[in-house]
Amino acid sequence: MEATSARVMTAEGYLAPPPTPHHYEGNPGAHKHAVRFGMWLFLATEILLFAGLFCGYFVFRADFPEAFDQAARHLSLALGTTNTFLLLTSSLTVALAHHNAEHGHNRNAFWLLVVSIAMGGGFLCIKAVEYTEKFREGALPGRFFSFSEITAPGGPMFYVVYFFATGLHALHVIVGMSLLTWVAVRCWHKEFSPTHYAPVENAGLYWHLVDLVWIFLYPLLYLV
Amino acid sequence: MSSSASSPPATANSAPAISPGHYTFPEHHYLNNGKTVRSWLLTLDHKRIALLYLSVVLVSFLLGGIFAMVIRIELLTPGPTIIEALTYNRMFTLHGVVMIFLFMIPAIPAVFGNFFLPIMIGAKDVAFPRWNLVSFYLYLFGAILAVWGMVNGGTDTGWTFYTPYSTTTAQGVLPVLLGVFVIGFSSILTGLNFIVTVHTLRAPGITWFKLPLFIWAIYATAIIQVLATPVIGLVAMLLSAESAFGFGFFDPARGGDPVLFQHLFWFYSHPAVYIMVLPAMGVISETVAAYSRKNVFGYGMIAASSLGIAFVGFFAWGHHLFTSGQSAFDAGAFAVISMLVGVFTAIKVFNWVGTLYKGAIAFTAPFAYICGFLFFLVFGGMTGVALATVSLDIHWQDTYFVIAHFHFIMVGAVIMGFLAGLHYWFPKMFGRTYHEGWSLVAAALIVLGFNATFIPQFLLGNAGMPRRYYEYPERFQALNVASTAGASLLAFGFIIIAIYLGFALLYGPVAGPNPWGSRGYEWMTPSPPPTENFDVTPSYEHPPHDYTDDAVDDPGFAPARTT
Repeated sequence: MEATSARVMTAEGYLAPPPTPHHYEGNPGAHKHAVRFGMWLFLATEILLFAGLFCGYFVFRADFPEAFDQAARHLSLALGTTNTFLLLTSSLTVALAHHNAEHGHNRNAFWLLVVSIAMGGGFLCIKAVEYTEKFREGALPGRFFSFSEITAPGGPMFYVVYFFATGLHALHVIVGMSLLTWVAVRCWHKEFSPTHYAPVENAGLYWHLVDLVWIFLYPLLYLV
Repeated sequence: MSSSASSPPATANSAPAISPGHYTFPEHHYLNNGKTVRSWLLTLDHKRIALLYLSVVLVSFLLGGIFAMVIRIELLTPGPTIIEALTYNRMFTLHGVVMIFLFMIPAIPAVFGNFFLPIMIGAKDVAFPRWNLVSFYLYLFGAILAVWGMVNGGTDTGWTFYTPYSTTTAQGVLPVLLGVFVIGFSSILTGLNFIVTVHTLRAPGITWFKLPLFIWAIYATAIIQVLATPVIGLVAMLLSAESAFGFGFFDPARGGDPVLFQHLFWFYSHPAVYIMVLPAMGVISETVAAYSRKNVFGYGMIAASSLGIAFVGFFAWGHHLFTSGQSAFDAGAFAVISMLVGVFTAIKVFNWVGTLYKGAIAFTAPFAYICGFLFFLVFGGMTGVALATVSLDIHWQDTYFVIAHFHFIMVGAVIMGFLAGLHYWFPKMFGRTYHEGWSLVAAALIVLGFNATFIPQFLLGNAGMPRRYYEYPERFQALNVASTAGASLLAFGFIIIAIYLGFALLYGPVAGPNPWGSRGYEWMTPSPPPTENFDVTPSYEHPPHDYTDDAVDDPGFAPARTT
């Protein structure tokens, strides 16, 4: 790359500046559009990732409706609802943080992000409590299953789906919290302005996806 | 300039033949812009990343080819020949995994797509150059993981990893699955990058319907890469968990469902066929215009059918499960949808043939591959429609007929597209030309060798020889020997290519910016292109593949010489 900067004019005409990421230079709007568009495409892949799991859920639910019914009754509705509340609220604070960053209010954005991260942490703690309970009861997938209260066949299949779906979701919560932490640090350093806030927006989009997946998991696992 | 696309064919123009003239190699270009190892390994230049991909892809192709030869030699005799049964199982697994995940999926999009997509739309690079490099290293890491896993653990499940075999075999499958997972990420990033690039970095004047057809094909491919690949990621995760912990997701003894695995697996792996074939179709659309010196016939239809194949490709996976327990309605629906793919493909074939009709044809190596491509695509496509017919498929399921079919349609088409692209763009990528006579000899060997390898397999399959068997009855020997002989011809063809292209790379005559007299946008820049792709900001007044008389006489088109 070093060699290019020395070349400006040749007999053939003006040489363009070295490539990327500078080729959006002079057109920040296009760059912002590209970054946002890339993020939406990535979120589409995430939806497809979870779609396969949902597919498994419906197949096994159709195979073992009674076991799924019994197992769903054994999940704690109170804890699940609290978690839903936490996650939905954190999405609100993330959206507010995005709004503040876009208007250059970095400090406000920072504190809103801290609150969001704390709520994400709260979600994980409650999830950990639920997991502990399952491990104690032996309500586990496959050959680890030893939960006597589910009498219908197919109990282990509910817990395969349950642990895989919520586990993968929890992994996404952790990734989302890391992203929020990263933009929070940048907020603390007052990096964002009306012309530059794409990282907050993208981290926020990711967090909303985490939220969205849970909005589907919660009724399927706890309510139905 | 004539605005009508219906002008008579430009027969008056001299047919393009590789014509090394009196050019000198450009002083500055992407190849000599930084000569350290670091400048290559940490490059953000899409052209250098394309070459990094090319090197790994070629090594993978060599590996996969060697495994294929071992399989063919083993099958020379009905009994054991050179390897044991378990080694044989490992060999066809290695062959499948390496050829599909490491060669065919990245071959055209990641090499030619990376190299030419930005140039063809007048951009300096892809939208996210850093992610482009990340994508390459993910691919490399995944490739090493998968190959190491297969050599070390000796995976013997076949590339399809069907349960319950893959969850019960004593041979390790975990590293291979993780490798596939990582390569999937690489594929997603490449596709995402291409979609965003096409949307946001088209140069002024390049509207959607002025995009070269190669771009349309790569764009359709990228959509599949982005939307289908996550599912194979999930499958790899589920299967890894299954083989590590025995969760029973796919284990009927615990209430799981092995057929669910097949559904999820083919939801990716069937569209993946189009990840391989669509870019090859794109290369053919480019070259068919260049070597018949005519406007592409039915530009809009070719572009739309690429998207059509991408779309219906998502809903055809069930034809892999005709014998796995599917309702008659499902089987019928999947059969009809699968045949739709044949309709879209046929639209393309008719348009390509329409382009050739009354063209000023130059019988060069890429043109020979176009002919091979058309033959393989039609023959493989027709047998595909036959296989999509449920009643016939039940007879042919898991026989060599299926093997021959998908080698024709995937491998034949991809290799023809890859070689056509390599020979068409070689002068652009490396600035030098190769020996035309040898390139035709190699093309003839490869097209004939391919036929000789796989036509006997159609006959074998129809006679009932199942795939993946180590031994076979003696009555199948003659055809197996014929197939192995054909494979040897193929191998010779590739060796010749390696020799003359290697020689051309170093000592070939300097090509000049546009040795073919092509009207593709990528030929408007010097060969090899400068790091920024264009020395002078290009203007895109003519439509892509514009070979009307007016356009060719247009002095503005005459390629700038780099003397």
